[in-house]
Amino acid sequence: MAEFLAAAAAFVLACVGLALVRLLRGPTAADSMMAAQLLDTGGAAICLLLAASGGHEAIADVGLTFAVLAALAVAALSLRVRSPKPEGGKP
Amino acid sequence: MSLLLDTATVLLVLAGAFFFLAGTVGLLRFPDALSRLHALTKADTLGLGLIVLGLLPQMGSLPAALKLVLAWLLVQLASAGASQLIARLIHAGDANGPRS
Repeated sequence: MAEFLAAAAAFVLACVGLALVRLLRGPTAADSMMAAQLLDTGGAAICLLLAASGGHEAIADVGLTFAVLAALAVAALSLRVRSPKPEGGKP
Repeated sequence: MSLLLDTATVLLVLAGAFFFLAGTVGLLRFPDALSRLHALTKADTLGLGLIVLGLLPQMGSLPAALKLVLAWLLVQLASAGASQLIARLIHAGDANGPRS
């Protein structure tokens, strides 16, 4: 069971990596935001699978933090794209 | 009982991984940014939900299982909100513009 779950985690990691390569090469800002969103879902899945495959439960906490931070990353990217910081250092 | 739970875990995790793969393939192959977004947020979130459902029998204690459900709920809310943000961006035409 532990090996099966670890193999499932590796499979999800491969899917995420494949999609990420394509998304990071995408020409638009929406592709970057979708990459962050993919890391959210995929990273949470990987961490939860690893936590259940005999690892410490702390890895599930890492997955939770991952989900929160990735959601914030998407929100921050959306703000950044819609109102880019003006040149000259003004906050 | 343990064998039944293990079988359920294996089947649900396999289904979840399949949906993850389907979402990724859709993400790579769909022609339009909005449909890619749809594949990403809907199929991948469903895959995560099935994986969490499959992992629930494997966790040793109730707090750990609740943590899994909390993570799933958080990702649901995050992907719902994020999909709205990304969709507005695409609708405003930035999907065809250069990366800022």
